[in-house]
Amino acid sequence: MSAKIEDKLFLDRFNVDEQSHLRLIDPGVCVEKCQGQPCLYICPANVYKLEKDRVSITYEGCLECGSCRVGCPHFNIDWRFPRGGYGVRHKFG
Amino acid sequence: MEEKFDAAIVGGGPAGISAACILAKRGAKVIVIERGEYPGAKNMFGGVLYGRALGRIIPDYAQKNCPIERNIVESRVSYLSEEGSISFSYRDQAFFEKLQNNAFTVGRAKFDRWFADQAKGFGALLVCSTVVTDLMKDGAGRVIGVKTDRAEGEVRAKVVLLADGVNSPLAAKTGFRPEARPGQIALAVKELIGLPEEVIDERFGVSGANGVTNEILGSVTGGMNGVAFVYTNRRSVSIGIGANLADLARQRVRPYEMLERLKLHPAIEPLIKDGKPLEYLAHWVPEGGYDSVPKLFGDGFLIAGDSAMLFNALHREGSNLAMTSGRLAAETILEALGKGDLSSATLKGYSERMKESFVLKDLKTYRRFSSLLETHGELFSTLPKGASEALRQILTVDETPKKARRQTAWEALRGRVGLFRLLRLVFDAWRAV
Repeated sequence: MSAKIEDKLFLDRFNVDEQSHLRLIDPGVCVEKCQGQPCLYICPANVYKLEKDRVSITYEGCLECGSCRVGCPHFNIDWRFPRGGYGVRHKFG
Repeated sequence: MEEKFDAAIVGGGPAGISAACILAKRGAKVIVIERGEYPGAKNMFGGVLYGRALGRIIPDYAQKNCPIERNIVESRVSYLSEEGSISFSYRDQAFFEKLQNNAFTVGRAKFDRWFADQAKGFGALLVCSTVVTDLMKDGAGRVIGVKTDRAEGEVRAKVVLLADGVNSPLAAKTGFRPEARPGQIALAVKELIGLPEEVIDERFGVSGANGVTNEILGSVTGGMNGVAFVYTNRRSVSIGIGANLADLARQRVRPYEMLERLKLHPAIEPLIKDGKPLEYLAHWVPEGGYDSVPKLFGDGFLIAGDSAMLFNALHREGSNLAMTSGRLAAETILEALGKGDLSSATLKGYSERMKESFVLKDLKTYRRFSSLLETHGELFSTLPKGASEALRQILTVDETPKKARRQTAWEALRGRVGLFRLLRLVFDAWRAV
């Protein structure tokens, strides 16, 4: 499968805020306690990636669906909407 | 904001704007608070709106330059296996003429902006780029306004309409309805594929801004409870696929890889061939049905549209339920404003109106539908395969007598699914729909 998420996100327009609207409440939980780590798969923008010793967040490409918030088995994601006017901006929708 | 409004509406989508139009038309002082830079900036759906629901809000919408992409004259349902495709389609001259715009496609970035402009025309105030972060309550727990992420961003209103969509961090924070559970929602991703108008006309056998919807089920969701679709817009085709979020998490499937698989299916690929991807979007679909609908009102507030989990999963209708619930909420608010009583005793009328309307009647009719899909995983795995193999047997022309062919076809189907399972499916499906 050659579905490159970068190519898809490249089609979209974002007004990126300097601060992230997504935050891991306790980053230790992701690597120490979380077995399935569904955030690494279910996110349609591949925002969450497993680094050597942590889960990283590239909030810039977030499509604001909310899946990670309710899909996290430990409810470890502090999820807000980007500040008003920031985030994804649909051209067609 | 010191000003006090009759109604504050959270979210500038179909539910919120419908309510705003009705309220403003009747002279109520209304504010719509939208988090996107413009209405539609954050909104996404499959692509189909319904003329009847919109006409109840804006009767002359077609004359008012409503940005319609294509009038739907044909509906297709396809059931796909890895290699095969079983399709059913219905086209009717009535959809060209007397039932024109029964259903039509739109792009939300254009449509929602147009719709909000109509509300503004009636006198509603629209504030964009503003996130509602909390509800304001008085000592008795009555909702008396909203807090926003703007400086001094408190908005006081006699009543608040929550039309903030299916993904609601506000619900999670304030508990005005329960947070969605992964099993109750589908995560859908969609891509807009740009193609010349005449190429779309030719591929779908249409002309003159008429179009086709194609719902797709089967092995494309890899055994997960889900649905895909291909809808025609004027100069693009929307292709999307969604699956139950709990299933996606369990199977560790990346939604965009599922979309790519769909695009490569032999029955789908020719429809989008040589197209240029224009946009990629993701959104939830509230698929929990009747039993996931929360209590629709409380002291000083009402819930409408996706935020109230209003979606008909069998008929794939949502935007009409949103518009109708927004309209019924507005009618209830007008009654309550007239009485000067915004407590739940009066706002309860919304729930009664909803029960009497097709919205809750339909959801109740199909109450068992979501559990049908949940409990019959074969619909998305072995059944498409078995049905495909059976039809291949029947349609293969050689020296085999037809009676023997029919026998092998039946065995192919039964071998994949099992007789008991098939009977159970027929029985459960009969009960669910």
